Amino acid sequence: MAENKVVDACNTFCPGPLMELITYMKQASVGDTLELLSTDEGSAADIPEWIYKVGHEVISNEKMDGIWHIKVRKTK
Amino acid sequence: MKILIVGGGTGGTILANHLSRRLGSEIRAGKVELTLLSASDRHMYQPGLLYVAFGQMTPDQLYRDEASLLEPEVDFHVDPVDKFQLDQNHVVTKGGKSYAYDILVIATGSRIVPEEVPGLSEGAETFYTEESAVRLHKRLMEFQGGTVAMVVSIPHKCPVAPVEAMFMLHDFFKSRGIRDKVTLRYQYPTNRVHATANVARWAKPEFDKAGIEYETLFNLKSVDPVKKIVYSEEGTEVKYDLLIAVPPHRGMEIIEQNHLDQGGWIPTDRFKLTMNGRDNVYVIGDATNIPVSKTGSAAHFESEVLAANIVARIKTGTDSPVREYDGKVYCFIEAGFDRATYNAFDYVNLPDLKPPSKPIHWFKVAYNQMYWTSVRGLL
Repeated sequence: MAENKVVDACNTFCPGPLMELITYMKQASVGDTLELLSTDEGSAADIPEWIYKVGHEVISNEKMDGIWHIKVRKTK
Repeated sequence: MKILIVGGGTGGTILANHLSRRLGSEIRAGKVELTLLSASDRHMYQPGLLYVAFGQMTPDQLYRDEASLLEPEVDFHVDPVDKFQLDQNHVVTKGGKSYAYDILVIATGSRIVPEEVPGLSEGAETFYTEESAVRLHKRLMEFQGGTVAMVVSIPHKCPVAPVEAMFMLHDFFKSRGIRDKVTLRYQYPTNRVHATANVARWAKPEFDKAGIEYETLFNLKSVDPVKKIVYSEEGTEVKYDLLIAVPPHRGMEIIEQNHLDQGGWIPTDRFKLTMNGRDNVYVIGDATNIPVSKTGSAAHFESEVLAANIVARIKTGTDSPVREYDGKVYCFIEAGFDRATYNAFDYVNLPDLKPPSKPIHWFKVAYNQMYWTSVRGLL
């Protein structure tokens, strides 16, 4: 059964939100969804760029109360 | 009150020394017991491994006897933990001894797991162990020309190490007079040459100046050691003559065997440093899942915060933390053999890199010795 996990990468600079997401993506199973929380403005573009290049799926990407919520699905 | 620290690396050792000094009278009066359990009787200065790879330090310079670094009040045993029985507030060691505690601190660190990437162990050199750093040094000395490629796995210890290694490779081959015969190629997982935007902003023009080629969004998938090709998750490949890898890391096996982890790391409150769901179990250093760099620097600053909170708990009965870990990290970044800068940040303040300079490099070289003062909790 697919799992949903929240990865809180708010206020982190090194290694930073994308590295955090990749770490958790490696641990996830195909079909799992991860919701990355980030206060880094660059994440809104950086995360989808990596997701599309590897071939996973971006489900949603929105900013709420100063925090980016980027939901992705592991597809392979 | 029984305080038990598991792990004799940077975090565990600094914490033990701070607690020993602050609680010396309580320990001598028998009111507090302070015990440190470690898997080794030797303590390694791990950042020195990079210098071993480039022939600037020898392995013997990286070690001290752990007992020689500890205050005499610390009850130190080389007897690694086998079972964590957190509901009963005690651990059982590999030697069969049982240690009860009122406060437990887990500082077990991390390990490299190159076996997670097919072909990596056979095809790549690294600098994350004494043996591998020595072997890499020999390979670098024998190298006569061709492509040296760097690949970086996630997660890994010391996020600036791959950048430092590239600048040092540039200066190493320059000093050997064969830089023009060597192509330096850097492959990195994120869409910049470093995950931290300000580090990337500084490093990219420096790479250009040094003639270091780079490819971003390259997540290591596998290595073919026969064809000498490294493949990425993104579908690209790089041919190499010498491959240097920053291998993937995980928490220690004992943490996974005791089911304390999620994906190898212990879920930890990023401010209080408590293990999630446990008020009397703390986690510091690489073992945590806190989203900060896995470095001795983070372990150092975490241990200072935790020492203050444990001391307050014992001396004043204060259960709430008197200090919170603010995400502070300070790391030197070597920009070659004679220049360095530094990366300093916390949960609020971004790193703001200064241009590399010789004095910062000299400070780093001095710190390679000053570490032994630092780990005693004096600096």
